[in-house]
Amino acid sequence: MQTEYISAFDVVLGVLWRFWPVWVALILVMGASFTYRRKLGLYGQLFDSGVGIAGVFICLFWLFTAIFASTISPFDPLAQVSVMKDTLPGAIEPASKLVYYFGGDKLARDVFSRMVYGSQIVLIIAPAATGFALMVGITLGLPAGYYGGKIDTLLSFLANLVLAFPVILLFYLLVTPGIMDTPIPYAMAGLFFLFPIIFFCVLFWTRYKNRPDRLYILLGITLVLGGWIYAGLVFDKDPLHIVHIDPNQLNIFVAVVFASSPGVFRIVRGLTMDIKTRDYVAAAQTRGESPWYIMLWEILPNARGPLIVDACLRIGYTTILLGTLGYFGLGLAPESPDWGTAIKDASRLLRSFIHPALPPTIALMSFVLGLNLLADSLREQSMKD
Amino acid sequence: MFSFIARRIGTILLTMLCLTLVVFFLVNLEPNLKKLAISQTEMHTPADQLESWLVNHGYRQNFFLRYGQWLGVLPKHPITDPATGKTTQRFSFCNDPTEPQFSGVLQGDFGCSTKFKTTVAAKLFPALGATGLLMFWVLAVMVPISLLIGILAGMREGSRTDRVLSVASIASTATPEYVSGVIFTVIFASWLGWLNGSAASASQGITFYNFTLPVITLAIYGIGYIARMTRASMVEVMTQQYIRTARLKGLSFSSVVIKHALRNALIAPFTVIMLQFPWLLTGVVIVEVMFRYQGFGYTLVEAAGNNDIDLLLGCSLVSVFIVLITQLISDVGYAFLNPRIRVQ
Repeated sequence: MQTEYISAFDVVLGVLWRFWPVWVALILVMGASFTYRRKLGLYGQLFDSGVGIAGVFICLFWLFTAIFASTISPFDPLAQVSVMKDTLPGAIEPASKLVYYFGGDKLARDVFSRMVYGSQIVLIIAPAATGFALMVGITLGLPAGYYGGKIDTLLSFLANLVLAFPVILLFYLLVTPGIMDTPIPYAMAGLFFLFPIIFFCVLFWTRYKNRPDRLYILLGITLVLGGWIYAGLVFDKDPLHIVHIDPNQLNIFVAVVFASSPGVFRIVRGLTMDIKTRDYVAAAQTRGESPWYIMLWEILPNARGPLIVDACLRIGYTTILLGTLGYFGLGLAPESPDWGTAIKDASRLLRSFIHPALPPTIALMSFVLGLNLLADSLREQSMKD
Repeated sequence: MFSFIARRIGTILLTMLCLTLVVFFLVNLEPNLKKLAISQTEMHTPADQLESWLVNHGYRQNFFLRYGQWLGVLPKHPITDPATGKTTQRFSFCNDPTEPQFSGVLQGDFGCSTKFKTTVAAKLFPALGATGLLMFWVLAVMVPISLLIGILAGMREGSRTDRVLSVASIASTATPEYVSGVIFTVIFASWLGWLNGSAASASQGITFYNFTLPVITLAIYGIGYIARMTRASMVEVMTQQYIRTARLKGLSFSSVVIKHALRNALIAPFTVIMLQFPWLLTGVVIVEVMFRYQGFGYTLVEAAGNNDIDLLLGCSLVSVFIVLITQLISDVGYAFLNPRIRVQ
């Protein structure tokens, strides 16, 4: 049977139409942000420059794509419709009369739907892994920079040790299928996921030590919420069965956190060493504040500018790392729609078909570009102050 | 200065020791040893024969004993048949000793590659040579282009040239190798047909036709980053007093840039270029796999995929050494280039 095609113009229109929930959400959010930009602090200042608007636009675009993925994509990303194998962009699927906008891949899946669903995987893992890496880096970097001495020497040595590993070798060692049979990923997850709980407990303890009414509530919330998520992620024993993560994904997650936290550690350590010489730190020391109070409530808030910029860049970098993992077929399931895996599958067949390769590459590139533009514009805005 | 370098080299050696221990631990995990045994024996070998293969080839000896043997502080023993007492080589294809002797990394013996059936040295060093050639061309493309972009952008901060070049360099840092590789292959190999999408033939001899795509793919990711660092450094230099003095003396803008600003603005990029090597290593792995170029990265992936223990250890030793030695060079070089910095 002959496959029918729609014209290139119709493909463009059709793709734009499929993204309608994203456009609606974008117009609402961007419009509101632009109108009230004077009241939104650092975020509002982003709308003062073209680069900033472009960055926010691209990042929000992918965020909403991930949220509305099921509405946008016409097909299931894993569904195979055998007549659509290797069809060119714009082919009409005979059963449902829906269109394969970007064509079909070698397993007859819809490239467009896979690209849209791929954003979900990237936008969940990359920011979450960056968040954990920030927590680990901050919790270890603050004391290393503040106390110096032996703690600093030891932690810096460990950080340099991890940084000296070429990332790809680290992934090959940590994200092999065999390692799931050993307790290593769970031990590392157990260690890394402890850091946020420690961080928030110390944060509240140092601040509200003398106000038990608030302290106990906050500590209780942290421990219950943290413990619940911890049990779900590390032991997969969430009593309510809400928090759950695939063993594969846990492994990737841990490896990415492991690879990027030494970088955060170095930045936080450097910033702490710089800020601890300021007068307000000396004043707090004279008041007799505890070292951890000074680190968390005096130094950390004043280091937030560079840290926010770094977090933006780091989410982009984590996205690239995830793509690398997918490209080498490590960790993620072979049929997973994430961009790295899609690029790997398509790049092997570039000689015969190029259309399955372009959507995931452009998606990944544009998302990282958006984050980099955002970081650049944030850096410029924070320099103005 | 001398004691500084000596101390740094001490740290490097310690780091290498720790890292190889970690790698050794990870490649010797039970599932990885199983994988090795399965790939080294016939199809569908029963479990007890897999086990006896591991025992026979010395993989069931104590962990630290074997690390010591690999390192060369403990003697390597040949396989001894318990029934006859006769000794045989552990791996016949790479001249393992038939009597106990020290032959580890410290003696210059990197061991035996189970995947390629040869010694690690015979596989690793030619691969390193091939990668060195790739690196040379990448640096030859990357460094001049990125410095030029950075200088042009930083010369007049905020100008139209500056903004265009800055966005271009941000875009290039947002393009990892596996993305730019695919895009370049599509454009230059599939559509235009100017270049070859595979560098497999480059092992016999490099030509413009088969070597350009890997080189530009690898260069493009670094160009943006170095250009941005050069721009930042150039912008800072251009606001200095001595630049204003030179301008007020009546020198032309171009001669101020070339004679006064450039020299000082190029110190920071030197450090950045040196610190790019770790990133380049990862990029090399991706590019070599993508374009099928038989170099270091390709060897590393093959070694890791087949759990080729000695080859993987050799690869990690080499890459860690490169990362750390370039860091040292960047620190020492920075002190030489910038007389205001003195290393204590």
